[in-house]
Amino acid sequence: MIADPAIDVKGLVKVYGTRTVVDHVDLTIATGRVCGFLGPNGSGKTTTLRMICGLLTPDGGTGRCLGHDIIAERDAVKRQAGYMTQRFGLYEDLTIRENLDFVGRLYRLNNLRGRVDQSLERLGLATRQHQLTGSLSGGWKQRLALAACVLHEPKLLLLDEPTAGVDPKARRAFWDEIHALAAQGITVLVSTHYMDEAERCHEIAYIAYGKLMARGTTEEVIRQSGLFAMVATGAGADRLAPMLRDAPGITAAAAFGATLHVCSPDREALMRAIDPLRRDGLQWDEAAPTLEDVFIHLMGQAQDNAMAA
Amino acid sequence: MQFLSRLWAMIVKEALQLRRDRLTFGMMFGIPIMQLVLFGFAINADPKALPAAMLSSDHTAITRSLISAIVNTGYFQVIREAASEREADELLQRGEVQFVITVPGGFTRKLIRREQAQIAVEADATDPATTGPAIAAVAQAVTQTLARELSGSLAQYRPGPSPVDVVLHRRYNPESITRYNIVPGLLGIILTMTMVMMTALAVTREYERGTMENLLAMPVRPIEVMAGKIAPYIIIGAVQVAVVLAAARLLFDVPFAGSIALFGIATLLFITVNLAIGFTFSTIARNQLQAMQMSFFFLMPSILLSGFAFPFRGMPGWAQVIGEILPATHFLRIVRGLMLKAAELNQVAGELAVLALMLILVSTVAVARYRVTLD
Repeated sequence: MIADPAIDVKGLVKVYGTRTVVDHVDLTIATGRVCGFLGPNGSGKTTTLRMICGLLTPDGGTGRCLGHDIIAERDAVKRQAGYMTQRFGLYEDLTIRENLDFVGRLYRLNNLRGRVDQSLERLGLATRQHQLTGSLSGGWKQRLALAACVLHEPKLLLLDEPTAGVDPKARRAFWDEIHALAAQGITVLVSTHYMDEAERCHEIAYIAYGKLMARGTTEEVIRQSGLFAMVATGAGADRLAPMLRDAPGITAAAAFGATLHVCSPDREALMRAIDPLRRDGLQWDEAAPTLEDVFIHLMGQAQDNAMAA
Repeated sequence: MQFLSRLWAMIVKEALQLRRDRLTFGMMFGIPIMQLVLFGFAINADPKALPAAMLSSDHTAITRSLISAIVNTGYFQVIREAASEREADELLQRGEVQFVITVPGGFTRKLIRREQAQIAVEADATDPATTGPAIAAVAQAVTQTLARELSGSLAQYRPGPSPVDVVLHRRYNPESITRYNIVPGLLGIILTMTMVMMTALAVTREYERGTMENLLAMPVRPIEVMAGKIAPYIIIGAVQVAVVLAAARLLFDVPFAGSIALFGIATLLFITVNLAIGFTFSTIARNQLQAMQMSFFFLMPSILLSGFAFPFRGMPGWAQVIGEILPATHFLRIVRGLMLKAAELNQVAGELAVLALMLILVSTVAVARYRVTLD
C-alpha cells in the first residue's frame, strides 16, 4: 500500500461503441516517481491518460488524482496536473512567448512575465521567443510543449508519447528534463514506445488491448514474466530467426546485429526448438530476457485472451 | 476575477491569431466593401436611360413636346427613330431597344376632339423589374405634358381625367433609389455572413489542429472560451459596420435619419446573436469544412427570406414564418426604420426584444452543447 499516491485509479473502463478500449485498469503511482506507460498502438494508453486528467469521463471505475476525484473534482485535477498531448497542442500561429503567456494567463499565474522569462531561459529559447511556434523543429516543439505544461508548477505530469518522431539528442535532453522535474518531487506518467525510455523510468506499466498486463520496475517485470532466453553467436546466427520464429512455444526470435536472440516462457520448448540448430561455429548461451521480449510475450498473451473472450 | 483573467487570456490569444491570419483579416474588410460596391453600383433595380425606339406618325407641336417629356423622365434613351412598325418590332425582337414608344397618326386630332387618345409603350418585359418603373414614368410624363401644353386658350381642349393616369406614390424614398433600401439590408447580410462563419471556424479550427485537447486539459470554462472567442469578432463586426456606413455615405449619399445610439445597440445585439449562432454551429461541426457548409446553409435563407432580396410582405406565409426566425429579418427592420424613417425607440423596441431573446436562447444552446471533455 502506497501512502498518499499521486495517481490511484481502480477499475477504469472506457467503451466506444462495442469496443472496450480500456478494460478495468487499476493503476497506483507513488508521489515523485517516473512511471513509463507502455503498450502497442491502440492499446488504450491515451484513453487512460485522458481519463486520469479529466478529459474523458470513465464509463466505469473510480479514482483519485492528487487527492481529487477524477470525475467530480475534474477542475481541481486540471489546475494541479499538466497534460502534454500526443499531437502538438500549442498554437503554431502564435509566437513562442505568446503561447506561454496564454497558458500562464489561463492558470492565472502571478508574475507572469518573470515566469515566462525564466521558462524561456531554461528552454534556451529566450532569443527566439518572438518567432512563430510553427517554425520550430519537432524536438523544440516537444520541449516547448513540456515547458508550457510545467509553467504552472504542477504536481503531476501526464505525457502522451512526448518523444515520438524526435531525434536521439533531443530525446536525451527531454528525458534529462523529466528527471530534473522528478527530482523536484513531481510525479510523471509518460507513455512511450521506446525501450530505452522505458528503462529510464523508475517503474513501468504495460497495457495491451485495454488490459493492464504488467506493473513494477523493469527488473520486476522481466522477472515476473517467467521468460527464458538464449543467445546464439557465430557465423550465420542472425539468419536463423525465420526458422525459429514459428517453432512451437517460441515467443520471439530476432536478430540483433550478428547475434540471434530467442525466448520462450517454456524452457523445455526453447531447448527443443534450438536443438536442431546446435552446430559447429555456433555458440548458444543462456541470457536474461530483455524488456522487449517481455512486451512481445505480453502482447501475444493479451491477444490470446482477447481471442478467447 | 478568475473569470475575467481567463477570459482575457482567451481574448488576447484570439486577437493575436486573427492578426496573423492576414487573408481572413483582409477578407473581413474586403467582403463588405466589395458587396457594397456590387450591390450599390452594379445591381440597380431602378435602371435608367434604357434604350428605346420612337415611332411617331403624328408630327405636331404637342407630340414633339410629349416625346421630349418622355425622354426627360430619364428612363429612356431614344436611340432610333423607327420608320415603320416592322422596323420597330425588329429592334425590339433583337433586343437593341427595350422599349418602343408609338404615337399613332391623328393623336393630336383625337386629343383635341376629346376622344380617347393613346400612346403605346411596348416593352421588352423579359425583366419585369426593369420595365415597371419606366412604364409608370411614361404615364406621368404624358399627363403632365398635356396639362402644361393645353393651357391658356387651349385649355378648353384639355382632356378630362387622363386615360393613362397612373398614380405612383412612394414614401420615405421618393426617388425609389434602390441603394437606400440595399445598404441597410447589406449590413445585415454582411454581418450574418462573416460573424457566423468566423466563430464557427474559430472553434472547429481548434479541434482540427489538435489544440482543443490541450485547451480542455487546462482549467478554462466553456463560457470563458465562448466569450473569449466571440469578443474580438464583436470589434471586427463593429468596424465592418462603420466601414459600410461610411462607404454608403461617401459613395451613394445614403442618409441616416435616426438615432445613432439606438443603431449601435441594435448592431451590437445582432452581431452577438450571429456570433453565438456560429459558436453553436462549431459545437456540431466536426471540421472546418462542415462549419463552412453550415454557415452557408444559414446564410441562404438570411439573404432570401429576410426581406433583403425580396419584399417581406410579398412572400408566401410559410416563407414569412421562416423569415421571422432569422435574426437578419429583425435587424433589417430596425436598421431600415432607423436609417430611412428616423424611427424612435418605442417603434423598434419590439424587434430589439426579439433579438435579445434570440441571443439568450442561442447562447444557452451553445454553452450547453460545448463539451469540457472529449467524450
